[in-house]
Amino acid sequence: MSLNSPDLSVNLGGVRMKNPVMVASGTFGYGPEYADLVDLNRLGALVVKGISLEPWRGNPPPRTVEVASGLINAIGLQNPGAEGFLRDYLPFLRQFDVPVIVNIWGRTVEEYAAVAERLSAADGLTALELNVSCPNVKEGRTAFGTNLPMFRRVLAAVRLKTRLPLIPKLAPDLSQIKAFAQAAEEEGADAISLINSIPALAIDIETRRPVLGNRTGGLSGPAIKPIALKLVWEAAQAVRIPIVGMGGIASAADAVEFIIAGASAVAIGTANFSEPTTALTVMDGLREYLIRHNLGTVKELVGALRC
Amino acid sequence: MQLETVLILEHRDYGAGYRLLKVAAPGIAPQVQPGQFVHVRVPRLNDAVLRRPFSVFQAQADMLSILYKTVGRGTAALAALAAGQTVGLIGPLGHGFPLDGPAERVPVLVAGGYGMAALYLVAQRLPRQGMVFVGGRSAQDILGIEDFTALGWPAHIATEDGTRGVRGLVTDVLDAWLGEGRQSRTPEFFACGPNGMLQAVGDRAQAGGWTAWLSVDRHMGCGVGACLTCVVKCKAPDGDWVWVRSCKEGPVFECRQIQWEEES
Repeated sequence: MSLNSPDLSVNLGGVRMKNPVMVASGTFGYGPEYADLVDLNRLGALVVKGISLEPWRGNPPPRTVEVASGLINAIGLQNPGAEGFLRDYLPFLRQFDVPVIVNIWGRTVEEYAAVAERLSAADGLTALELNVSCPNVKEGRTAFGTNLPMFRRVLAAVRLKTRLPLIPKLAPDLSQIKAFAQAAEEEGADAISLINSIPALAIDIETRRPVLGNRTGGLSGPAIKPIALKLVWEAAQAVRIPIVGMGGIASAADAVEFIIAGASAVAIGTANFSEPTTALTVMDGLREYLIRHNLGTVKELVGALRC
Repeated sequence: MQLETVLILEHRDYGAGYRLLKVAAPGIAPQVQPGQFVHVRVPRLNDAVLRRPFSVFQAQADMLSILYKTVGRGTAALAALAAGQTVGLIGPLGHGFPLDGPAERVPVLVAGGYGMAALYLVAQRLPRQGMVFVGGRSAQDILGIEDFTALGWPAHIATEDGTRGVRGLVTDVLDAWLGEGRQSRTPEFFACGPNGMLQAVGDRAQAGGWTAWLSVDRHMGCGVGACLTCVVKCKAPDGDWVWVRSCKEGPVFECRQIQWEEES
């Protein structure tokens, strides 16, 4: 390997990635949506939008609202269900040389286990991201994302049903982040991802009604980046399993910050909506940063915060 | 669909408070079908996380244009751009108006105000001549009539305050025409405007057993089908309903697809 081409590859708890830049669940559809604009083979990994056992309608519109440097969304996990995903999207995704990580969710422990089992029986999927922290489906957040015993139960149940690498996605709760990260590690998670969007509200002052059909939603985008960074840093000090850092990343500099804070990989989320090629520009910029700092591998930068 | 950084050729007042933005888009413009849109990355709007969608008004060779009115931060920033500057587009996007209907049908365009922007290409590219019905609150809301009459399409105008054309709703003028029994041929509707107008056009089409293509306007996110922001309640084959993406399966739907009674 020449000095001019640093090694960007990472092994994220068994997910072998060409580079540490993935696209986050819910911001990249199921693959075909952006395939005309982005070479999917260049992505570190593609995390598809949350899949449940059965199809799910999602919330009434309005489903998103733009706020200062951010987006509040309350899509409500609309998805075609496990069978619909496997039938309509997996054959397309298998044409590409990119790890496919499926974000999964359920309303009960049994539903989580069942969707994990069904997807694990399919050929061509790389890992499962466990969505226990979506702010837009009642059962998702209150029962699993912020309740430690429930979190352990769902993780243990899914762990029994799959050999695929498991990546629970943690809620952005500063007071509990270390406990949840450690619980994930103890229950057999191969990595953790954080943060999910932050519960938020926007109000139409003329009508005095919430802007979103679901009333509240989850805030994402540059507005949440400093909070996400702090949470990743906290989690990184608590566990040895790798971390996927995300929350408002729009540039290579943002990604470098997350890696220095302790993330082994990063995910591009809301930025995909305005600039679909953000993941590609981030990985190019990351490579330049490593060259500029005489680093031969991105791994040398992980958790390299000086303090 | 492609990403393209395009050069602004012309940016001027169009009338009725609207601005016309014409760009050189050699990648996107030749691909545009009537009723499709482009997703604009507005420069100098640094804290905005979304693009802004606009119907393609005119498209000819390598050029395309959009019409807009300054209504918010995005359009205010857009208004500050000058010829010679560049802007980022994704397009063409969405499922537009089909132009392959039977030749015996007479095309009837129905526009509510700014809705005419999405309909111009239908008139220009249809091999058969039809007519256009345009409505608005007052004379200031009626724009682009000359563009249709230049194509030889007669225009019927209605304003709610009577300052131009017939006093009333565009559907009043449409009903008068339908009631005259003058249409020896079957009408095929192409409509763009407020929900109430679209639903009214769809009701008339269904009552008459005719086809009506309706272009809906929904708050939009990614524009390419990934975020599921812009959904419309549509009938499902099994008699149930589903949320359908207006950016991908739409923005043009046949009136029988939309489940209006559930829409607010």
